[in-house]
Amino acid sequence: MARSPLSESKFRYAFLAWWVIWTGLHALLISYYGFSPTVALLDSVITNIQMLAACWLVNIILKYYLPRKEKYLNILILGAGLSVLVVLNSKWILSSILNDEVLYLSFLSKSIPIRLDMSFLLIVCISFVWILWYVLEEKQEQEKRKADAERLAREAELYKLRQQLQPHFLFNSLNSISALAGSKPEEARRMIQQLSDFLRGTLKKEDEQWVKLSDELQYLELYLDIEKVRFGYRLTTEISCDPASEGMKMPSMLLQPIVENAIKFGLYDTTEAVIIRISASKKGNDLEIMVQNPFDPETSYPKQGTGFGLNSLKRRLYLLFARNDLVITRPENNIFSTIVRIPQTS
Amino acid sequence: MKTIIIDDEPLARAIIKEYLSDYPDIDLVKECNDGFEGLKAIQQSDPDLVFLDIQMPKINGFEMLELIEQPPAIIFTTAFEDFAIKAFESHAIDYLLKPFSKERFDKAMQKWREQTARPGAKNDVPALLETVSHSPGQNQRVVVKIAGKIKIIPIDEINYLEAADDYVKIHTKDGAFLKNKTMNHFEQILDSSQYVRTHRSYMVNVQQITRIDPYEKENHIAILKSGAHVPVSKTGYGKLKSVLGL
Repeated sequence: MARSPLSESKFRYAFLAWWVIWTGLHALLISYYGFSPTVALLDSVITNIQMLAACWLVNIILKYYLPRKEKYLNILILGAGLSVLVVLNSKWILSSILNDEVLYLSFLSKSIPIRLDMSFLLIVCISFVWILWYVLEEKQEQEKRKADAERLAREAELYKLRQQLQPHFLFNSLNSISALAGSKPEEARRMIQQLSDFLRGTLKKEDEQWVKLSDELQYLELYLDIEKVRFGYRLTTEISCDPASEGMKMPSMLLQPIVENAIKFGLYDTTEAVIIRISASKKGNDLEIMVQNPFDPETSYPKQGTGFGLNSLKRRLYLLFARNDLVITRPENNIFSTIVRIPQTS
Repeated sequence: MKTIIIDDEPLARAIIKEYLSDYPDIDLVKECNDGFEGLKAIQQSDPDLVFLDIQMPKINGFEMLELIEQPPAIIFTTAFEDFAIKAFESHAIDYLLKPFSKERFDKAMQKWREQTARPGAKNDVPALLETVSHSPGQNQRVVVKIAGKIKIIPIDEINYLEAADDYVKIHTKDGAFLKNKTMNHFEQILDSSQYVRTHRSYMVNVQQITRIDPYEKENHIAILKSGAHVPVSKTGYGKLKSVLGL
């Protein structure tokens, strides 16, 4: 909601000061025509209090309804209506208070057209001042919204970049390479190759939104090979893929975070060797991918039951499909399963 | 001089081992895969120096240290750069960010030698753990030792805490466990919108409260789902009311 110009004390005082000056001028004008100061002041104050109310009313109306260009006629109509109301009402009040001042009463009747003119001019002028204020206010709000949206977009992009770089994974892999470089240079070279391919994949996938399951699995293998070097015998993986699902499409880079989550969950929750099972199949018209890791129900944090890395996955699928039911997690018999369904569009 | 390496990645251990081959006076007595093994090895062989990774299976490096009464000198090896670095700087001998060079490793070793040669060396592990425990994301669970075994208590499962001399008794649905910490420590690390210090010696999980009854003059007593009765002092009652929005 836009702020009213009268909500700012600077403007409120200026507005009231202007009103006092205007009332004074009005009184001077009346006394110029030879009426007593009491009469002049009464005429001025009674008329202008109503003018003040009219201006305030216009302000309230414009706060909730700001006319577009083609509707400025409405302002003129409103101005005319209000001036008639103000002038006739003033005339009625003044003639009933000052009913014995015969000269004044005839002056009042004769001056009605001028009073109407002046009121109309004033109310319309102030209306346009208000309109100007509210239009500026609206612009400012729009700009702020735009800046906010841009800031959010930038933050999201930065976050995405950070996620892609996966500093923890990268530094630990580099540390493994550093270790291999001394004792097994051949293996170090191979791991550098794998890491490069993986990183190149990360950069390339940026442009592609949808990939074939078989491509995604190939990319996943690169990642798993690196993880296996890091964790040695403790990590084994089994990938099974139903031939019918191989050509199905999925959002790119969706699988790796799920598997990363499963590895973290599995390896950090048990001290034994772990097997991560990944299976893909066709379920109706959907592609279903299941990732399983062992876990220890005794010690795993209850909150991790839904998986720590899975929130961004859910968010991504929601943005793509506007559905919240595509990720299911199921802990049973020390095996934690993450099941993702990917609807096939087109 | 005896040393132990605790890291869950075999290659990460291998590189430290390789770098250590230049130090003939240092005897690598054990390599450990996780915090459990590490804890056992430290207690058995009382090493002079431990290389410790932070992110490890089951219990992390900090949680392992909490369970040792007289921790040895520690050099942390970690790929984390985002938290607790301040803690390392002020209280640990050194920390090596993976991957690290031989030169950097030698520097850490030199630091260790200098500090062990000097009495009153800077290896203030309790202070380190205290600092770490106040960094965000560190307080989802409490690790305690019971009859030689390690028990991990998720924070949510704490019903209430009771002061017991130098310890705090942690009451959960599985029973009570002692932790060598103060009530003030828990008051600082626990979420004050869920855990309220109702009494000088008691802190309660408000989710567990089923009823609050008046008790003697100005005191109250909170009755938990488990049936436990927790004393509530006059000031504690005020705090409880504001948290519960009464």
